[in-house]
Amino acid sequence: MNAQDLAISLVYIAYALAVLLTFGAILTWVERKQAAIMSDRIGANRAYVRIPFTQVKLIWLGLFHGMADGLKLLLKEDFKPLAYDKLAYALGPWLAIVPVLLVFAVVPFGGTLDPGRLFPSLAGWFGGRTYAMQIAPIDAGILIVFAFSGITIIGAMLAGWSSANKFSLLGALRAGSQLISYELVMGLTVLGIVLIFGTVNLGTIVEQQSGTALGFLPAWGIVYQPFAAVLFLIAGIAENKRIPFDLPEAESELISGYFTEYSAMKQGVFMLSEFIEIAVIGALFVTLFFGGYNLPWMNDTGFVFPGGHAVPLSHGWVVVLQLLTFLGKVFLLCSFQILVRWTLPRFRWDQLLRFAWKFLLPLAIANLVVTAVALWAQQA
Amino acid sequence: MTTPRRPYVRRQYWNEPTMGWWERSYLLEVVRGLAITGGVFLRNMGKWLTGRKGALTAYYPEEIRADYAAGNRGKHILTQRPDGRPQCVACNMCATVCPAQVIEIDAAFDPDDPAHPKYPSRFEIDYSRCVFCGFCVEACPEDAIRMVKETPDLPGFDRDRMWLGKEELLNWQPHADVSKPYPVRPAAEPGRSPDA
Repeated sequence: MNAQDLAISLVYIAYALAVLLTFGAILTWVERKQAAIMSDRIGANRAYVRIPFTQVKLIWLGLFHGMADGLKLLLKEDFKPLAYDKLAYALGPWLAIVPVLLVFAVVPFGGTLDPGRLFPSLAGWFGGRTYAMQIAPIDAGILIVFAFSGITIIGAMLAGWSSANKFSLLGALRAGSQLISYELVMGLTVLGIVLIFGTVNLGTIVEQQSGTALGFLPAWGIVYQPFAAVLFLIAGIAENKRIPFDLPEAESELISGYFTEYSAMKQGVFMLSEFIEIAVIGALFVTLFFGGYNLPWMNDTGFVFPGGHAVPLSHGWVVVLQLLTFLGKVFLLCSFQILVRWTLPRFRWDQLLRFAWKFLLPLAIANLVVTAVALWAQQA
Repeated sequence: MTTPRRPYVRRQYWNEPTMGWWERSYLLEVVRGLAITGGVFLRNMGKWLTGRKGALTAYYPEEIRADYAAGNRGKHILTQRPDGRPQCVACNMCATVCPAQVIEIDAAFDPDDPAHPKYPSRFEIDYSRCVFCGFCVEACPEDAIRMVKETPDLPGFDRDRMWLGKEELLNWQPHADVSKPYPVRPAAEPGRSPDA
């Protein structure tokens, strides 16, 4: 790795962290406001920032409620239970949030970046090198995703176990069995996509989605695998432990489930990791099924419409458009997940596991088998 | 000697929910539910974006609720003589009858008005305790206190600020509504306020 690669990687990492943490913060506001609008309410709009020495109060549709909450969480007493496993207790929140952030490393958030063309003054330094807009453009993309999202299970279970609280322990047990069940479903649904595109490299998968299918449809994963897309989204929401799958932290049954005994910012970290995971699941869904960072009929050189009409774009426009498209698509997916969360009631525990093992898993296997047979028939 | 345990039979209720294959399949009903909530979201969002109000709730206290009952009376007013002085003769009947004991009156003597020499120099109502029963209106012999449909604009962080004094209560000005005719008083001498 030379200095140029390092500089580009650092820029990517800074961008990814900024995007994820901003999503985590903004989604708390989006969730509040969207829930309010869905239920004919107005939503939180009282927190304000007053410009010093004036009476001007900035409310900005309640955006400052997130800041007020963060400040409150930072200033609250960090209450710890009397009998708890110190190491595991401290490790819990980190194991919940770090893997979620790491998953984003393999998600491509843009096409190919040519820094020399973007900034002519740097052309000499970069010497014509191009970079995929992805922190870690490695071949094992999807495998990394599952490896890291598997670690979040450990985080939830550690947090519940180390709290020395029966509610927490119950929540941890539920989290463990639920996450393992739905991880399986998620893996099987993604296998169909892997079969069709013939690779587990997320960058390559997105590149292959920039063409057309049947002559006019964008060659997105959802066109080839509509069934798998639905199953993946369900499993993703279940992975995230949100309503209707929020059994591990069911308030009416388990207080707060596995993070009952966490207070102040440690609890805030669990909440933040949940909100970031919304964005990460949205990003994964967009990457696998919604054509990633590309608009329909768009590739790294510009638009190629079905009639053969091509609209070439300059490199700078392509990069900006791809970054914005990716963020927009992820935001839409996040909004959809929030819509689901405010529509459906919570499952019962037996229903949850039955849904995973007796409904989703057979469907996922059937989807995989049909895909495999269709591909085999096509090749034969 | 244990009685044999009877097998558990689930009780049947008259309103037992019945589900057809449509509801039983669940996923289709989920889609229907999402369509309903998403439709509500889009409708309300469209209202907000076009400058209308997309919510059923009202901003409190900035907005007055639209659905107050027709008979709701939420605020007191003091009626006035044609010259703007209160009709109240400070007889303390309202303060006596008030079940919440929220009315405080200080009586004073006005030598300029021989017909009504007694008048309230202070008339205050504590709205943090008022129960809006209207007994004060019933008790008043002079038709000096009435209740109107508004609500007092008093939300605050301090209960001591939830008092309305004579100035606020007297800002209702329907001079024609006073039942008794009064001769208009000559203007008060300069340098002397009528309440002095």
